[in-house]
Amino acid sequence: MPDRHGRCDHDLMKGRILVVDDDAALSEMLGIVLRGEGFEPHLCGDGERAVAAFREFNPDLVLLDLMLPGKDGIEICREIRAESGVPIVMLTAKGDTVDVVLGLESGADDYVVKPFKPKELVARVRARMRRTDEGHPESLEIADLRIDVPGHTVKRDEEMIALTPLEFDLLVALARKPWQVFTRETLLEQVWGYRHAADTRLVNVHVQRLRSKIEADPEHPQIVVTVRGVGYKAGPA
Amino acid sequence: MPFGNAASRVRARWRSSLYLRVVATTLALSILVVVVLGQILVGRITSGLLDAKQRASLVEAQAGINRAQALITASGEDNLDKKQNLVDQVVVELAPGGQGTPRLYDVLLLSSSASLLQRGSSTVTEASVPAALREAVAVDGVQASTFTEITYSDGRTPVPGFAVGAPLTVPGLGIAELYYLFPLTQEQQTLDLVRRTLLFAGLVLVLLLGWISWFVTRQVVDPVRYAASIAEEFSAGHLSERMKVKGEDDLARLAKSFNDMAASLEVKIGQLEDLSRVQRRFVSDVSHELRTPLTTVRMAADVLHESRADFDPATARSAELLQTQLDRFEALLADLLEISRFDAGAATLDAVEGDLRDAVTSVVEGLDPLVERSHSEIRLRFSTEPASAEFDPRRVDRILRNLLANAIEHGEGRPIDISVACSDDAVAIVVRDHGAGLRPGESSLVFNRFWRADPSRVRSIGGTGLGLPIALEDARLHGGWLQAWGSPGDGASFRLTLPRSLGIEITSSPLPLEPADASTGRRMPLSVGAGRPSRDRDRRGTDA
Repeated sequence: MPDRHGRCDHDLMKGRILVVDDDAALSEMLGIVLRGEGFEPHLCGDGERAVAAFREFNPDLVLLDLMLPGKDGIEICREIRAESGVPIVMLTAKGDTVDVVLGLESGADDYVVKPFKPKELVARVRARMRRTDEGHPESLEIADLRIDVPGHTVKRDEEMIALTPLEFDLLVALARKPWQVFTRETLLEQVWGYRHAADTRLVNVHVQRLRSKIEADPEHPQIVVTVRGVGYKAGPA
Repeated sequence: MPFGNAASRVRARWRSSLYLRVVATTLALSILVVVVLGQILVGRITSGLLDAKQRASLVEAQAGINRAQALITASGEDNLDKKQNLVDQVVVELAPGGQGTPRLYDVLLLSSSASLLQRGSSTVTEASVPAALREAVAVDGVQASTFTEITYSDGRTPVPGFAVGAPLTVPGLGIAELYYLFPLTQEQQTLDLVRRTLLFAGLVLVLLLGWISWFVTRQVVDPVRYAASIAEEFSAGHLSERMKVKGEDDLARLAKSFNDMAASLEVKIGQLEDLSRVQRRFVSDVSHELRTPLTTVRMAADVLHESRADFDPATARSAELLQTQLDRFEALLADLLEISRFDAGAATLDAVEGDLRDAVTSVVEGLDPLVERSHSEIRLRFSTEPASAEFDPRRVDRILRNLLANAIEHGEGRPIDISVACSDDAVAIVVRDHGAGLRPGESSLVFNRFWRADPSRVRSIGGTGLGLPIALEDARLHGGWLQAWGSPGDGASFRLTLPRSLGIEITSSPLPLEPADASTGRRMPLSVGAGRPSRDRDRRGTDA
């Protein structure tokens, strides 16, 4: 899973966004709003063609409707995630726990619940496309992992561990201050860019995903440790 | 009171056990029957035995008396000594068998005249003859008989007996009394044996009857208990539970009709579940179908709103109206979906442990702009100890937001009091405003969907009319209460009571619903409750 989209992230205003939604009117409206904000949207109204369109268009972010005719949004999410770490923001009509968690578990980084305000959507898109790196070389070590921050790579004994940008950001945020316990709210603010309290399930699901990739035994995590009743912290280096 | 406890335990056992009742009743009744029957039997046997003995004794005595009279009359001598000898001779003659025991009878010759000595066979004493008999014989001069107790002079134990007496005419000496004393020892022994046998038979009979009644009851009670256990399983939700049908008796019919009932209930419940599933599905579909176009409209309106500066005034105002009304529409849609989720039973509780005081503080902060616009002062009165409880923060926030928004809307700029208190098993929040209050009967209506205190009044905050009904459902989901009190001109007060931990049934609230400062409250105890039926009825009117 090479992060082949990381290089485009520095171009903030000219983000390429793939919009996968079967509702033509909404797609068009999304196109208008995104274009108005300086993004370059590409619309895809058919679930079956979504993955092909993704490969062809090579977007910096995917806006994905969860309920699609033909192919399920969750399935598309999984397939895209299988070949890329591109940020995926789900558009969901339901705030129900099961759907949101299912979407997040299948690889989505964030979600917006319909009906959303354009500003809200744009804020979420910007947050996912903005990268935390400032360009200066920084290398972090946590447990037996070496993190090259500008290079967006995580290695264990010269072996690359493929992380999505969001998982990478989450790990970097924790690894930068291994002595600090992060509440879920803090992480939501630092990693997801939420100003106000949001859904802490985002954090839970992504910590699980991160653990499944970096921990030797995800059932007994050593690197990202749960602090009961508070949040998470990076384990002893 | 150990005795009282034991008595009440026995009473409870008596009420709860059919076995005990049937067996005990059977035992009591059979003991009664056996005792009565035994009494009658013993009585009959006794009288039968005594009658026979009496008849035999009378015949025996009559013969003896006749012989004695004949002997005396035949002697005819007037010598006193001779007479005495004669009497002795008569006694010896009449009482056979010498001193050997048991004797069939004893003879006693008595006389009230001093000149004639008394004689008796064996050692029977004069006391064996009752005074009434002696009087009958000596004074009236007739033959008589009676039951008596025979006493002996040699220390033998007295025995029951039958005495027959007759006057003998001794020429020259007057009247002598001859008594036959028949001991009833044998009859007594027979009777004792009969009594013992009857007692033993009765005891065995009673025990047998008790066992039989237990056995018979078991045949009825066991299937009934089995049916009860199946019914309990069924009501616990195992809808596929059925009874085994054996034979064609009444119990089999019971089992069969129970099974029929269970089957039809299972079908009905299945249908209702399907309906609820369909309803949930519908809500979810509507949610999606409505939200997608609404999102488009929302975004379009936003784009228009952003560029309203470029429009002419009428169009610009239209864009603004579109925007604000869309907000309202969205809120209404969200509330409608929420309430249909409650109706479908699809609402779930994500409860965590938390402090209600924090929840109140954050809601008050969140509504700051609204508070400032209304000029209402918010006065917080918190308990000093943490008002910790298990609750769903999202739902409790929503309840509090609804209550506070409601208080601000109707508070007419006067202060709003929010109190938090807790007891061992419950926490309570009371939101009190000093606005127009509620008219009589209105506190039962505030939780109705889309109800307005005054249809002509303008909504300043633009509530959807579903805020309080949703808050009520949220409270119910926690197993808590949401109650309203109001009085015209004296404001209104809403009380939320939540159990400390889920599953606890709350019986009282730590805070009074009716505020202490209510001047007219006494006259108008308007209140309405929510949640479960409870003993707190005095504070509550009808369920909203």
